[in-house]
Amino acid sequence: MAVQLSEAAQTRITQLIKRYPTPRAVMLPALHLATQEFPYLDDEVCQAVADLLQVPMVDVKGVATFYTMFPTEPQGACEVHICFNLSCSLKGARRLLRRAEQQLGIEVGQTTPDGRFTLRGVECMAACDKAPMLYVNDELHGNVSEEKLDELLQQKSSGE
Amino acid sequence: MEPIITRHIGTPELWRLDTYRACGGYETLAKALQEHQPDELVAMVRDAGLRGRGGAGFPTGVKWGFLPKDGRPRYLICNGDESEPGTFKDRLLLENDPHQILEGLILSCYAVGAHLAFIYLRGEFFLGARRVQEAIDEAYEAGYLGRNILGSGMNLEVLLHRGAGAYICGEETGLIESLEGKRAYPRIKPPFPANIGAFGMPTVVNNVETLANVRHIVAHGAEWYNRIGPERNRGTRMWCVSGRVRKPGVYEVPLGIPLRELIFDHAGGLEEGRTLKAVIPGGSSSPILTAEEAMEVDSDFDALQRAGTMGGSGGLMVLDDRVCVVQSAYIISEFYHDESCGQCTPCRQGTGWMTKLLHRIEHGDGRPGDVDLLLSMGANIFGRTICPLGDAAVWPVESAINKFRSEFDHHISEKRCLPDTESIL
Repeated sequence: MAVQLSEAAQTRITQLIKRYPTPRAVMLPALHLATQEFPYLDDEVCQAVADLLQVPMVDVKGVATFYTMFPTEPQGACEVHICFNLSCSLKGARRLLRRAEQQLGIEVGQTTPDGRFTLRGVECMAACDKAPMLYVNDELHGNVSEEKLDELLQQKSSGE
Repeated sequence: MEPIITRHIGTPELWRLDTYRACGGYETLAKALQEHQPDELVAMVRDAGLRGRGGAGFPTGVKWGFLPKDGRPRYLICNGDESEPGTFKDRLLLENDPHQILEGLILSCYAVGAHLAFIYLRGEFFLGARRVQEAIDEAYEAGYLGRNILGSGMNLEVLLHRGAGAYICGEETGLIESLEGKRAYPRIKPPFPANIGAFGMPTVVNNVETLANVRHIVAHGAEWYNRIGPERNRGTRMWCVSGRVRKPGVYEVPLGIPLRELIFDHAGGLEEGRTLKAVIPGGSSSPILTAEEAMEVDSDFDALQRAGTMGGSGGLMVLDDRVCVVQSAYIISEFYHDESCGQCTPCRQGTGWMTKLLHRIEHGDGRPGDVDLLLSMGANIFGRTICPLGDAAVWPVESAINKFRSEFDHHISEKRCLPDTESIL
């Protein structure tokens, strides 16, 4: 059977379609819902979203591959996103990024073999007063020292 | 001066409707719906001289006035995609005071006659999205949104729309494409969104802080607003100060105060023993100022423009004497290359070439002629793209070269940064 979104997600999408001027406008909300339910957005997931929105699958795929928050390959359970733009770099963000590479034994952009961590250097997250800052999934951490980073990674790898 | 927009920030649980109402929230809306016609609000905002706080500084009332009166439905979009590096003021408002934004938005929709509005939030504002959604739900419940708002006959639907990680969605036509469920490729203008915007309808796109200002202008009148800041630059600004200062943060001050006051009084100045080297005043795309220039210039839109730069998004980044200008330019250039949407060749290719060249110069492989080559690349990108991202990529690099040329030349002849530099790479 073809891949489908959960019933709750489908209901939500149907409700939203009624509120937006066009069904296609529900694209980003639908892809956010899909991202919560699938490890990444492959062709089958894109097809499921396309069917709900009544648009061609290529349009969904085109959008999914444009935006960085929609994964098109498997991600680690903890996505560590360290900002490396100017304000954070001025406060040592790039040292932090190298430290994370060392601690996790992977390079920026990679996922640990156990599937626990994905490490990314990301662009400004609009929290420069807390530089250097990072996200672990949707948790924001500010003023991160190397010690604090070590602790955080330790904590996350022991499954807290 | 007492802050206006951020006055209640710090109040516990300000994001809840009860708290917001206890701070006088929604009184302006109730009063305006009873006492004013929509056109009066447009006139008020125009006479107040409010200029957009998102980047371009375009007069809000004038923008509203562009909407054709032809009976088509109109949409209002609150631009909360805050992505210009160095900018973090909208996040503060969205997370802490979402009802203030909603009240400004409802008043603005009343003024322009919009019955459907969208709040487009950048995808990474997880907390902001929760707070704004809760605020919207509370506002529906309390009768500030929905049908027949406070018995006035006004109808308004508001939808929170989350982006998904693309800088270009801050550009209003890119945002509109994204809202329509497409890749965020900016559109050629004209037609302008005021005529053909979201879903082919007349559309107004206003920044978060801009909408918050509307609420206060309606509450106190244009005359009151005209007493704050110099002519053509009225009101306060929420400056985001970051980088090498003691107290990075958001500081709301009247437009036009000296930039030096922002850095040295409000943000606490530099760390012991450091001296000011340069300032990027309005987000990473704004041309860099030398310390001397920054010490003399005022913070209003026009003064910064006269100084060859811009107030932009209000993201002020401070560089001290240990920072390498070439490294800074490289980091900024890398960002614009990364965020180029890929639609226009000069931007897609040019930003990559500029970044590579800067990388090469920084890493000691620069060749004589490289600095001029950078300038010539910039000239070939500038003004040759659909949206201003191309220009935004050129300004910081071109200005860094023009003002710190010897530092670039030093990298080429000596293959390293100036002595006493601490690498930020």
